[in-house]
Amino acid sequence: MALAPLIAAGPVIAAATEPVIPNYAAQSSSCEIHNDLFCGSWVSHNWGPVLWPALRDHILLALVAVGIGFVIAMALALAAHRFGWVERPTTAVTTILYTIPSLALFELLAAPVGLNVYSAEIALVSYTLLILFRNILAGLRSVPTEVLDAADGMGMSRGQALVRVELPLALPSIVAGLRIAIVTIIALTTVVYVIYNHGLGVPIHTALGEGPFKTELIAAGGLAIVLALFADGLLVAIQRLLTPWARARTG
Amino acid sequence: MNTADTAHNEGPSAFAQAAELELRHVSKRYAGQREPAIGDLSFTVPAGEVCVLVGPSGSGKTTTMRLINRMIPISGGDILLGGRSVLTRDPKELRREIGYVIQQIGLFPHQTVDENIATVPRLLGWPKERVSARVHELLELIDLDPEEMRDRYPAQLSGGQRQRVGVARALAADPPLMLMDEPFGAIDPINRTRLQDEFLGLQEKVKKTVVFVTHDIDEAIKMGDRIAILREGGVLAQYDTPREILTHPADDFVAQFVGADRGLKRLALTRLSELKLIEPNGRRADASDGAQRVPVQTSVRDALSIMLSANGDPLTVVDDDGRVEGLFTLGLVEQLLADDAAAPPPGDGSAQAEAQPASQGRPV
Repeated sequence: MALAPLIAAGPVIAAATEPVIPNYAAQSSSCEIHNDLFCGSWVSHNWGPVLWPALRDHILLALVAVGIGFVIAMALALAAHRFGWVERPTTAVTTILYTIPSLALFELLAAPVGLNVYSAEIALVSYTLLILFRNILAGLRSVPTEVLDAADGMGMSRGQALVRVELPLALPSIVAGLRIAIVTIIALTTVVYVIYNHGLGVPIHTALGEGPFKTELIAAGGLAIVLALFADGLLVAIQRLLTPWARARTG
Repeated sequence: MNTADTAHNEGPSAFAQAAELELRHVSKRYAGQREPAIGDLSFTVPAGEVCVLVGPSGSGKTTTMRLINRMIPISGGDILLGGRSVLTRDPKELRREIGYVIQQIGLFPHQTVDENIATVPRLLGWPKERVSARVHELLELIDLDPEEMRDRYPAQLSGGQRQRVGVARALAADPPLMLMDEPFGAIDPINRTRLQDEFLGLQEKVKKTVVFVTHDIDEAIKMGDRIAILREGGVLAQYDTPREILTHPADDFVAQFVGADRGLKRLALTRLSELKLIEPNGRRADASDGAQRVPVQTSVRDALSIMLSANGDPLTVVDDDGRVEGLFTLGLVEQLLADDAAAPPPGDGSAQAEAQPASQGRPV
């Protein structure tokens, strides 16, 4: 079953003297042999075969999920902005999706979709929808009425007002939603290995079975954290670039 | 750019357009409401004049304005702009031809001054150079330094500057008609007076047809070539020049609305330079005679106020260079009021009003 690896990964406190990493052909470095808290040489040996592929897959899984989620949420938010009745059912459905525990959702998807990238992405996308939908809609609704009145009074069509006025002004709220979504999804992608054996969840899971050798756990977990912080920072930078007016104040 | 088509136009060549606006039996009725929001409204604003719509809340001033650019659909009657019914026009095209200024201004906070002013020219697809030249010209017209102001965002402007940019944005495509909904309503009294004066100066140059909405009768008297006083239910109580409305209010409603001090307000309409001042009569009216001196541009109302605080002594009126023009006395005020009262009452053709009898609200 999909949950089997988790159970097998129960904590094992091995004797500190036993090396966790097999010392084939006596190639291990001393920090590997002594299970030092963090072993730099292990990281450099395993970057190519283990950590980088996991990081790359992690980025792809998270980006695709947020990307697809953004497109769906944007469409739903635009519909709700135009037709108010869309909001209630959309909020209801996305909230329910958001509240399903991730492991349960993986299990639910495993039967109809299979243990593959599709079920992984479907699950991840479903967790972005509530956050993105709410933020995009809030952004669109935050545009001051007098600004819309002026746009209308000067002869902008609905589409022109949307593209030239509403979406730019909704940008801070939209980016705020994207930041929460990307950080959430990067964290959540670490449990995707349960149904799809990719991403930083794989080395993290492996590390759970390595007892006193903590390097892999620290490296893979650390990468997930750094990735989340980097993605968040990147979005902040993009927002600053796209919203020069937000920084312009009297002075 | 555009060719000047009016001989009296002294302003830049780009400000040549103004069109006559005519409301014919206009009415507006909202579904589910017994009383119409606008009764049976007819009046004509000659090209290049400022018509102020004024009245208590619920009198449909803003509604009337928004019927003109079709932001509110009309229920009955017709509105002609330059002889052409607005009802036959595409609403978006029509609005691009009508300048639009609102109290909250509604500048786009994410766009620079330049981009804000360029809004309608860009919608109209003007070439870049023409848009840029036009923005430059307008910034100079509203006394903002183009180099300094172009790239600022609305948040970096003072309230008064924002309002002026709002007016420039409305003027950008040289519209034949401007709609202004309480444009100075949110500005403090001192800046408000300045903006009013600035706008009157601007209007001297651009000579647009303007529909100006306010609830402030003093602003209406100051800004309007003509004033349309509306009563509840969107019924026209009187449509006339400020002087006529103050001298011959059509009924009690108008008299009450313009206020008990309408005599004083009338005095505010006249400047000392328009009076036949008393000859100094041999007296050497210089600093030694002790009489208070006032500039010739002072309004009669202000001059009277000064005179009253100076124990009613005659005032010495001087021109810009300090030369004595004559004396201002209480007798001149009496004379002025008497002349106004003797002037012909409204409805003699001087105003193109179709003022409705005040008491009736006609069904649509």
